Amino acid sequence: MRVTIWGCRGSLATPGVETVRYGGNTSCVEVSTSDERTALVLDAGTGIRRLGLELVERGIEHVHLCLTHLHLDHLEGLRFFAPLWDERVTLDVWGPPSPVVTLRERIARSFSPPLFPIDLRRVPARVSFRDIPREPWAIDGVTLSAELVMHPGPTVGFRIEEGGATLAYLPDHEPALVGPIAERTRDWLSGGSVAADADVLLHDAQYFADEYDDRIGWGHSSVEDAVTYAHMVGARRLVLFHHEPDRGDSSLERLGAQARLLAADAESEPVLAREGMVLELA
Amino acid sequence: MDTPRQKHLVLILAREFASNLSTPTLIADEGGRLVFYNEAAAAVTGTPFAEIGEVLLDEWTASFVPRTLDDDVADPAPAERRPTRIALDERRPSHERFLITSRDGVEREVEISAFPLFAHADEFIGIVAIFWRT
Repeated sequence: MRVTIWGCRGSLATPGVETVRYGGNTSCVEVSTSDERTALVLDAGTGIRRLGLELVERGIEHVHLCLTHLHLDHLEGLRFFAPLWDERVTLDVWGPPSPVVTLRERIARSFSPPLFPIDLRRVPARVSFRDIPREPWAIDGVTLSAELVMHPGPTVGFRIEEGGATLAYLPDHEPALVGPIAERTRDWLSGGSVAADADVLLHDAQYFADEYDDRIGWGHSSVEDAVTYAHMVGARRLVLFHHEPDRGDSSLERLGAQARLLAADAESEPVLAREGMVLELA
Repeated sequence: MDTPRQKHLVLILAREFASNLSTPTLIADEGGRLVFYNEAAAAVTGTPFAEIGEVLLDEWTASFVPRTLDDDVADPAPAERRPTRIALDERRPSHERFLITSRDGVEREVEISAFPLFAHADEFIGIVAIFWRT
């Protein structure tokens, strides 16, 4: 399994000289599948724009886009996703269900005035919207499963398995809000079955501890909680994700250094997610 | 290695909520398995949850020999009168007054309110029951 990070910034895109090393685009991750004509994409933050250009170059015919939730930083790139504007492309959008408003209706709001000039009905690609199922499902040899996780509004984390390799994707997650992480068994831990024994865990680490104290309940984690969570679920490698928009590269590297100190006994050192990073999961 | 399936997020939230209440509260999953009760409930039942673990709610409930108090006469409570059973089977709220015998042998009169939990997409994921000491 090859995992490519196209965007790992949290909350708001932050282009500029202070973010060139780790990137300023918001959440978007590509996971390779066995079919070269099919793409599996996690979230549609601004990072999806550049991915879309590359997918068109590759001649992709079918895209599965899995949305963890519909906060803007995970959706705002969709309107500028080149395959959406290609009539040869089939796009399946998977997202968390709502008892009140369909996934299509919720996403269509961002394709309507005054936010956007073109209605969702007028996009050329063949687009369908699917509620994320409770049970695992398969896409071209890749098995996906999802669970609702602790974040404001319906939000899921994804577990993606292929050929014995497991990726866990929890970009927006505040497990500490439902009790001390270190005191919970995995079945009582938000996202516990999504992240259990993952080879790679992409996890929210937006804040230093003192920053988190003022932002409890906002749906994001401190670096301490991210490290503790990775330990409790048995993840082999932690990739720190959803970088605070006010954090430049040097501040991010301090956060990364703190994570390495906190995880001194871990199987492998935590690393900072970086735009363009490619992770090979064997 | 089998991956343990986490409890539904709503059950996790309910447990955290119940943990912070001084009102005796229990939680069962959609299959009728008792998955948690708080310290206040332990004071009523006579045993901490950690000593019981996850068990079928019906079996656990029966161990208290619940009796209805119609016209203040104590009669064995049939399952269909138990609010927890009604919330699980009929997925609606229910309330009833009972006499129970706690594990410590003390007879207590309690009122029980139980209600179903529905998560996103109207998915039934379990029940919460609250004990009111009378």
